[in-house]
Amino acid sequence: MNPDSQVRPYPTRRTILKSAAVLSVPALGGCVTAGKESGETKAGGAEKTAENPLGVKADAPLEVVVFKGGYGDEYAVKAEATYQQKYPQAKIDHKGLQKVGEAMQPRFVAGTPPDVVDNTGAGRLDIATLVSANQVTDLADLLDAPSLDQPGKKVRDTLLPGVVDDGTFAGKTVALNFTYTVWGLWYSKSLFADRGWTYPKTWDEMVALCAEIKKAGVAPWTYQGKYPEYINDPLLSMAAKAGGADLVKAVDNLQPGAWKQDGLVQAATAFAELAGQGYLMSGSEALSHTEAQAAWCQKKAAFIPCGSWLEAEQKGVAPAGFDMVMGTVPARSSSDKLPVTAVQAASSESFLVPAKAKNAAGGQEYLRILFSKQSATAFAEANSTLPAVAGATDGLTLSSGLGSVRDAVTAAGSDTFTYRFRTWYAPLAKAVDDATGELVNKRISPADWSTRIQKAADAVAKDSSVTKFTR
Amino acid sequence: MKHGRWRFLLGALVPALVLHVVFVLSPYAQAFWLSLTDWTGVAGEAQFVGADNYVRLGGDSLFLDAVRNNALLLIVVPLVTIAIGLFLASMLRTSSPRLGQGYRIVYFFPQLLSLVVIAVLWGFVYNPNTGLLNSGLRAIGLGGLAHSWLAEPAFALIAVMAVLVWSSVGFYVVLFSAAIEGIPRELFEAALLDGAGKWATFFRVTLPLVRESVQVAFVYLGIAALDAFAVVQVMTVGPGGPDGATEVIGLSLYRTAFTYGKFGYASAMGVALFFATLTLAVLALRSGRKERLELA
Repeated sequence: MNPDSQVRPYPTRRTILKSAAVLSVPALGGCVTAGKESGETKAGGAEKTAENPLGVKADAPLEVVVFKGGYGDEYAVKAEATYQQKYPQAKIDHKGLQKVGEAMQPRFVAGTPPDVVDNTGAGRLDIATLVSANQVTDLADLLDAPSLDQPGKKVRDTLLPGVVDDGTFAGKTVALNFTYTVWGLWYSKSLFADRGWTYPKTWDEMVALCAEIKKAGVAPWTYQGKYPEYINDPLLSMAAKAGGADLVKAVDNLQPGAWKQDGLVQAATAFAELAGQGYLMSGSEALSHTEAQAAWCQKKAAFIPCGSWLEAEQKGVAPAGFDMVMGTVPARSSSDKLPVTAVQAASSESFLVPAKAKNAAGGQEYLRILFSKQSATAFAEANSTLPAVAGATDGLTLSSGLGSVRDAVTAAGSDTFTYRFRTWYAPLAKAVDDATGELVNKRISPADWSTRIQKAADAVAKDSSVTKFTR
Repeated sequence: MKHGRWRFLLGALVPALVLHVVFVLSPYAQAFWLSLTDWTGVAGEAQFVGADNYVRLGGDSLFLDAVRNNALLLIVVPLVTIAIGLFLASMLRTSSPRLGQGYRIVYFFPQLLSLVVIAVLWGFVYNPNTGLLNSGLRAIGLGGLAHSWLAEPAFALIAVMAVLVWSSVGFYVVLFSAAIEGIPRELFEAALLDGAGKWATFFRVTLPLVRESVQVAFVYLGIAALDAFAVVQVMTVGPGGPDGATEVIGLSLYRTAFTYGKFGYASAMGVALFFATLTLAVLALRSGRKERLELA
């Protein structure tokens, strides 16, 4: 035995650390940002024909990732079956996930995304971030392709107003939303008929009705206080009706002083009064959406602001004969720029084709199938939700809620509006939610409300690290 | 012989070391690098931006709210938890063994529930209209004390602290009980013979002899107080509200990364939190180092 080994029978701490350091080098090399732009590996397009307007290669495999939430993924599987019929050689890989963002993030980073992603649900990837990282395909070819089952129409012309805009960032349409959501005030038709209440058309009528409702021992309004964005929607809708498209544009384009426009201050004042008069059900400020909506279904409150998903969400909670319907937000004054029938409408359930998809043409063809009238009608029937395809609910018998939503969309015609700042500038959306929560809890005044949000908007405008969009 | 020893040591150490390096050290190192970039979380590349992210932290009012709230949590939660834990543990020492055992099990219950479950349950308890707390207050004629606990800035953070204390106190009761049982019985008897009352026994005998357990508890609770993400995320208005009243660093970090897509900036928050936690642990462990007592 070597005398040396007597002195040091065991490796010392130093030698072990040294070997650990050697081991760690390759591990650190596999860093998240090590991925480099790889060469174009897309499945080469086949020839574009009338039958195959997007030039899909018939044997290229297709991978579809769908958010499997409240709507399930049956509708997406159906569209895949149609794709398979059209391209029998293609191998289709379907994934229905709940956490689309988590699963897709590493694949975007590695440059191996699937061909279609339904970027929806909690934890979805921020679309503005995807756009600024050049991770999504321009869908112009798809929009200009002929519709699958409406001869003579382009895909672009089969969609409801605003759908194309919703997916457009910096002039490029990169996402197509499959469902159409309309925001308004919900009430029980049967309750209102029983008590002889009529849905108000102006804010003055609303305030008068609230006094009457309160006298009858019912809280006039409740809202999903745990998530203040719910009460934002009627407030911002009222402002948009007062100031028209210019007001909305100024807000979205982060124009200086945009949040100090009269329409917004007036709307904030209206909601501050609503709270000041005690017309909001006490305790609403701490209720989650399920708790507030349940209280509303128990007729403890007359109105609740919500999007058109409410009816589906309250299935099993709303008592029989409750007959919920959605009304449009009342007009602030007679000088409003938009008619009272105007609605805040936006599409969601956002489908996109990653820029680095191997079969981008196939991905777009899949969307052409998904957005066909037949597929959309089947979706509406199965999910009592309005799809983004115009006329998809024609001829269907609809429930009271969905029927009122469809009627609202028809009555609005082209008078729909939507704010884009929520998706463009998420930090500004958070600032608006916080401020509105404080406003309707009487902790800040309408003037403070607009000053605070303006400050947040200015900060976003000044921040050079934020990609800016304009409309 | 020497060779065999190395082989055995390597066999025992390497798998654990590799796992540690790949899943712990490497993400840490990457976070340090990412905090100096503008990585979005979805791009394959990131640009080096120097200390910009750290400069930005100082002007981010929501992050500063979070730091303030975490500091408050750091002061209140460990102190209250340890005080209650020590009190209950020393009460258990003097109660009958059977009863003490029963209580110990009951105190330990919250430890068996996941934090998310605890947060959901307490969310129901704090419900202003139908919650247990307000209903209880109204039932005993104290309806005037009922509040919208999670929606009023003055109470929201206190409500969060109460949940954190409630959820962790049971574990420390058990920890301190074990430490107190390790104290030789003669010492208590001697104190009793010398005429020491309950308070004097506690402060002069029990507390000095469980000092090391208390110190460890401070470190653990301090780390928990610097986190508090799960409870805040599940239970509070907003979450993190109303208007930042319950914002914590972990929540800011999560939102910045996963909602705003700013992983570089979020990493800077993480690195700041890492140093705060490290400093805390070092300070807490250093503070009582020299006063170690020997039980003869």
